[in-house]
Amino acid sequence: MTKPSRQQHPSPVDAEAPPNRLPGPWRPLWGVAVGLALCLLLLLTIVSREGGGVNLLNALVRFANFVVIPGVAYGSQLALGALGVTLIYAVMRFSDFAHGNTMAFGAMGVVLVTRVLQGMDISAGPLPTALLALPFGILGAVTLALVFDRAVYRFYRRQRAAPVTFVIASIGAMFVTNGLVRLIIGPDNQRFADGVRFIIRVQAFKEMTGLSEGLALRTTQVVTLVVAVVVVLGLFLFLNRTPLGKAMRAYADNEDLALLSGINPERVALWTWIIAATLATIAGTLYGLDKSFKPFTYFQLLLPIFASAIVGGIGKPLGAIVGGVVVAFSEIALTYPYRKILGYLGFETDSLVQLLSTDYKFAVSFIILVVVLIWRPRGIFQGRVI
Amino acid sequence: MNPHPTSINWKLTPALGSSLMALGLFAAVTPALAQTDEAVKIGVLLGFTGPIESLTPPMADSAELAFKEVSDSGKFLGGKTIEPMRADSTCIDAGAATAAAERLVTSDKVTAILGADCSGVTIAVANNVAVPKGIALVSPSATSPALSTIDDDGLFFRTSPSDARQGRVLAQVIKDRGYDTIAITYTKNDYGKGLSESLQAGFEELGGTVTINTAHEDGKADYTAEVAELAEAGSDLLVVLGYADQGGIGIIRAALDTAAFETFGLADAMYTQTLLDDIKADGNDLTGSFGTVPGNEGEGADAFKEISIAAGGDGEGAFTGESYDAAALMALAMQKGGEATSKAIAANMIAVANAPGEKILPGELGKALEILAAGGEVDYVGATNVELVGPGEASGSYREYEAQDDEFKTVRFR
Repeated sequence: MTKPSRQQHPSPVDAEAPPNRLPGPWRPLWGVAVGLALCLLLLLTIVSREGGGVNLLNALVRFANFVVIPGVAYGSQLALGALGVTLIYAVMRFSDFAHGNTMAFGAMGVVLVTRVLQGMDISAGPLPTALLALPFGILGAVTLALVFDRAVYRFYRRQRAAPVTFVIASIGAMFVTNGLVRLIIGPDNQRFADGVRFIIRVQAFKEMTGLSEGLALRTTQVVTLVVAVVVVLGLFLFLNRTPLGKAMRAYADNEDLALLSGINPERVALWTWIIAATLATIAGTLYGLDKSFKPFTYFQLLLPIFASAIVGGIGKPLGAIVGGVVVAFSEIALTYPYRKILGYLGFETDSLVQLLSTDYKFAVSFIILVVVLIWRPRGIFQGRVI
Repeated sequence: MNPHPTSINWKLTPALGSSLMALGLFAAVTPALAQTDEAVKIGVLLGFTGPIESLTPPMADSAELAFKEVSDSGKFLGGKTIEPMRADSTCIDAGAATAAAERLVTSDKVTAILGADCSGVTIAVANNVAVPKGIALVSPSATSPALSTIDDDGLFFRTSPSDARQGRVLAQVIKDRGYDTIAITYTKNDYGKGLSESLQAGFEELGGTVTINTAHEDGKADYTAEVAELAEAGSDLLVVLGYADQGGIGIIRAALDTAAFETFGLADAMYTQTLLDDIKADGNDLTGSFGTVPGNEGEGADAFKEISIAAGGDGEGAFTGESYDAAALMALAMQKGGEATSKAIAANMIAVANAPGEKILPGELGKALEILAAGGEVDYVGATNVELVGPGEASGSYREYEAQDDEFKTVRFR
């Protein structure tokens, strides 16, 4: 809710001027208060109708089933992917186009090891076996990333090449990785989720609550959220508390100053790749578990991931997370038809009340990307300008 | 090992170039020189390379099985034989298919062409070669509704039904099961679009309502959003006209996971055991879902299976029965016309395929030739109960199936 203050400082240059109108920060609160009051009023009118309370619950459950739960899972997957992109951008100063395919490569390792583990009858009980295979996939992706760093990026780093050279090099890396994945596992769909599929099933939920709308909660969705939260907490602890993390942040902030104070750039680069490849593998595996593994879809994921990183402010880890959630919810909420939900709230209609057809899902992240780049190139958390 | 000596040469040609082709042709034709004046050449134009290259060898073998049966009987036009000449339609490249057909007609001097296979190339060959040169074209597998209305001078026939038929049959099945409102989702290509349109038209004619008819993209990782859209429209049944290993199963999976739909109407491309197995592996089940697939039963299908197995095939592959029937009908039509010409085929196809007359099953071609030579009538039944309707296309018979106990069970034939 920083909108009014943003209007006072339309360009990032102005941001340096001290905020002199003190009531400014309070204005959003007024807006929030009025908004809340309106919502409350609407809520009261809905609930006061006959059967309004149950209908409101039905509407909420339907919204949760089709928008909130898929949105949170997808958002966590995007956030992990965007974190990798943003870290590479912060430290290496280029947009890594190969990131989507690094996710595919890591997830491919996980799929292959999962198959071996399944063959040996090793499982994680109710959880997907893929979680046990994760370290092997990470190892594969880290190896690949380091090979590319040693063979390609280090050369350009020593040349102090322009960022665009790195970007083009990363597109080359993207095609090589893509080819490797297709060679090793093939272009087809792979499903490797096992264990218990549902935590809550629709039928069970309906019987439990007596509502006419049901709610499904899949194990993979919960696993995604839990793993994402743990990984993000770990990353923030690493960046803020360990000497290496601090060195990375220093190097990202000001390269020359960091070099002068004795930070070894190769060591920073090494660890950035290790962390980015780890994040990519985890994101890729969670996406594959929750949906399905197909090399081409990872290539397509690149767009929403970049949109997430840029919306949040590229180079800002917290921004990547917020951006991931924003993009995921926009994609789902803008293409969801609200007819039945509005029906429960007392607005019967024949139209589907759908803003965009589901075919335009990718267009949503593209529009967000363009809008942010034009009007707020630094993103929500004032990252760098690409 | 190699029942079709010419086939090897023809398979090699695309890779080895035209000089070798000439050599190969020469080598293949020379041993048969003794009877060339007696042999009637028929082109077999199928996609031996390209997307359906795994389907075409058994199709060509089945067609050649019928030609061999006709030749071996010694009763075809007073003892003539039929010599099949294979050529590659590629299934997708209209230019290559046209060139191959052109070569069959001009340099190989074929009497007629059996083919082509895929609808697009068949339309191209019909328009560019068959009609201008007056060559009869009999396709065993082109199913596009567009072929019903092309301007063919009566030269084009097919032993497979138009996709428009399946839509109508499926509409009837759905209506008979008591559904009044349906939602349709189809795979985004010509097959899905044509089928969904004929289903919608057929269902509305029967007094039903289609609440939503929308395409889905294949190869997506997740179809929750598409299912939400279909569910919001509100209907009793979701009809999935997709592929069992692509978006079709994705839609069903998402619909079952979110309990948006419990039973599904399905078309031919969803008729696989893997669909049931995969859905079962998710902990869901498809019991009660139903659909249609082209298929037939009866003595014709059994007889074809028998002779096909005897000849080293398995009698099951897609469109093999239709290929056999196309070849047999061409020979019978020529016999009825009394001459080995495209004109005779075009004039007599429908007469030999339909009643009245003696019923002819696969393996009884000798008997049919004899009856026709004596001036009698035959009603060719063949492997697929073939009945030519309208502009010379099979009316088709469909199997209505239903998922029960993790298997697709045949309910009845329509």
